[in-house]
Amino acid sequence: MSDPSRPGASAATAPSAPATPHVDAEERVAAQRGVRLAKWWDRVGILVVLVALVALMVAIAPNFASVSNLLNIARSISINAILAAGLTLVILTAGIDLSVGSILAVSGVVSVLAAVGGWPAWLAILAGVAAGSLAGLVNGILTAYLGLAAFIVTLGTMTALRGLAYTMTDGQPIVSNTLSFRDIGNGYMAGIPVPVVVMAVVYLVIWFLLERTRFGRQVYAVGGNAEAARLAGIDVRRVTTAVYVIAGACAGLAGIIFAARVVSAQPTAGTGYELDAIAAVVLGGTSLAGGRGRLYGTLVGSVILGVLSTGLILLNVQFFTQLLIKGGVIILAVAIDGLKQRPLRGQRARASGAAA
Amino acid sequence: MTQETPALLRLEGVTKRYGATTALDGVDFDLRAGEVHALMGENGAGKSTLMKILSGDVARDAGRILIDGVPVEINGPRAAAAHGIAIIHQELNTVPAMTVADNLALGREPRTRWGSLDRRATLRQAKEKLSRIGADIDPRRELGSLSVGMQQMVEIARAVSEDARVLVLDEPTAALSRGESLELYRLVEEMRGRGVGLVYISHRMEEVWQLADRITVFRDGRLVGTRARADVVPGDVVSMMVGRDVGDLYAHAPRRPGDVVLAVEGLTDGALVGPVSFTVRAGEVVGMAGLIGAGRTETCRLLFGADRARGGTVRVHGRQVDARNPGQAVAAGIAMVPEDRKTQALFLDHPVEDNIGISSLRELSRGTVVRRGALRAGVREQMRRLRIRDSALQLPVRSLSGGNQQKVVLGRWLMRDADVVVLDEPTRGVDVGARREIYELVFDLAAAGKAVLVVSSDLPEVIGISDRVLVMRNGRIVADLDSTTATEEAVMAHATGTVSSTPGAQNV
Repeated sequence: MSDPSRPGASAATAPSAPATPHVDAEERVAAQRGVRLAKWWDRVGILVVLVALVALMVAIAPNFASVSNLLNIARSISINAILAAGLTLVILTAGIDLSVGSILAVSGVVSVLAAVGGWPAWLAILAGVAAGSLAGLVNGILTAYLGLAAFIVTLGTMTALRGLAYTMTDGQPIVSNTLSFRDIGNGYMAGIPVPVVVMAVVYLVIWFLLERTRFGRQVYAVGGNAEAARLAGIDVRRVTTAVYVIAGACAGLAGIIFAARVVSAQPTAGTGYELDAIAAVVLGGTSLAGGRGRLYGTLVGSVILGVLSTGLILLNVQFFTQLLIKGGVIILAVAIDGLKQRPLRGQRARASGAAA
Repeated sequence: MTQETPALLRLEGVTKRYGATTALDGVDFDLRAGEVHALMGENGAGKSTLMKILSGDVARDAGRILIDGVPVEINGPRAAAAHGIAIIHQELNTVPAMTVADNLALGREPRTRWGSLDRRATLRQAKEKLSRIGADIDPRRELGSLSVGMQQMVEIARAVSEDARVLVLDEPTAALSRGESLELYRLVEEMRGRGVGLVYISHRMEEVWQLADRITVFRDGRLVGTRARADVVPGDVVSMMVGRDVGDLYAHAPRRPGDVVLAVEGLTDGALVGPVSFTVRAGEVVGMAGLIGAGRTETCRLLFGADRARGGTVRVHGRQVDARNPGQAVAAGIAMVPEDRKTQALFLDHPVEDNIGISSLRELSRGTVVRRGALRAGVREQMRRLRIRDSALQLPVRSLSGGNQQKVVLGRWLMRDADVVVLDEPTRGVDVGARREIYELVFDLAAAGKAVLVVSSDLPEVIGISDRVLVMRNGRIVADLDSTTATEEAVMAHATGTVSSTPGAQNV
């Protein structure tokens, strides 16, 4: 009944090359197709969205393409982009940090109080960053060493740190028109706004950490499979703690820029910023499930959100409508991200379906 | 082949292509009522594609499917069920947090007149379904509280409707203990007695020999042959599967173990395991046998620092290690290939390169900066050694076969050049051809002077590849047997604690 050697069958059969003994022909094809599409999207997909958006804005928004407007956009996105850079590390480990907006406020208050109290500018700045890192350390230890859920921990610190910011300022903004480090928010370096320069440095440093150092590989590994990472000899708790400290430091830096921009310590600073930062990370293609994503995507995601906001303002779109559009764009981007993963998901079904 | 019994299910010239590759090539296959028809073949041979065509998950490109001689179309799971075809997948598709009864009713919950869930009907139907397959399980229990074997029974009860005529089982015993497997075999016999045609996909020769009436072998998408079991010996089937004579699966050069490398003394977790003491020499392969739950995996995890030991010492080359976490064990030169590669060893969405290199980063970094060129060169070297094709470097590990995935895990520790290599069930879910490759890697490790400890539930394997076999029972080592003289019966007798253990049906 069975005839293994039917004529014409062998031509189409995958050659059973001895060098590749056990690779499923079917899974190979599906995998390569899936990988190619996913890689293509990882590399350029989000850029396509950005270019299309910019082209649209140039076409319909008056003055959008002017140098001053572009620099304004760059400056306006810098705070969110810096928050998102640190958050990218946290999300890559499959964690989340809801407290970055509150850390921003506390760090701003600490720096301003230090500056007002007569500390030199550099020390005041350092104090702000240190305060942010310390808050991140608390998040990290509670999450990594006590094994508490990051969402709950950072929801708690988000509330507590906001309370701290209010307490330190008695609930009132502390304005200091002679703020020593005001240039961090308002100055220019070689024609480029200082916040943009700071943002660029932050991205370079974190990109290097993520893509070139051992720590970066460990971040991806912890997010990809924490137990496998542990059994591969990685100190998962240390890596996890470190990403929250970095996220806290970034939030501290963002808080200093914010305070310098408004030359004051604002206890309400950064309220809700954590959600914009998460949106930028996810928009940039980083998976909330951890282990997959790129820092460059986060930068592009931040720029998209910034361009959208500025463009909508230039177009005189009502604030309420702006929110509607921004929300829609975020959902659309995540939907495209889900679409991109479909071939891989099919593969997963196949892989789990059977051994043959 | 004879045609005395009319074919319940028949495939004629069934072909399935994915792009330029042919996953199934003009397959003629038939299944009779009341027979167990085993499907064998290496990973990627086409068994799963055949199964997916039967379940309606993929559409065939050519050929016909006939049930009782009538051509049918199976264009989805519902159609498959309507034709009386039930498929039991390897992985369970149930909800652990729900009761057995609720799982059985999933998607077809009975309602009362008022539209609310009818609890009594749910329970009654669950009892019917369970008794239909002769499973003695309380439907009110939470599914997750049952053993894997019983959960699988529930899955089967769910798939087998009243009019199921064809039952396809995909490696059903892969995750089962021996006792649970026996229970499953009983069920298979019972279904056969009732006239159900069973397609039984398995890598395990012993159970195929115990259960199957006929055996069909696939290779490279083609049906190599169908034989009545009575007409062949296991060696014939293996040759059909790999397309050549494999000879002795466990054959290796004689070994002359050197000094003690790993010395474990009084290791205990303070509860179930220990005190356990043993040594492994340089160039020695020591097997660890025992029943599920005897403490073998736990012992490995303790010495690797994956779980915290409550007592005892572990020495490597005489230096005390006593790892409190796996990082310390790795630094001391101990490597472990864990029991479940998918959840404990692999980063499934990450490329092969990262999966192999992850434990060697310290050695291949300048300061904290990874030397990417050196890392990639090292990974490529391991891939050549493992015979994984070069183009897989950037592919996610998920897309590889089980055998290749296991080789990636091995490659990680080969690259790390650990002195002590602990392997926990290294060939589980791995086909015969890749199995031999994994054994060869184990033998290479020993030849390079490493101390190798292999935990295995496969008795011929654990005896065949090792120099000594340690047998564990109730958390302790109860025997230390020389592999050249050890028999499966002897190992089993020590493992169960009965000297007069009957040679199991597993002996072929």
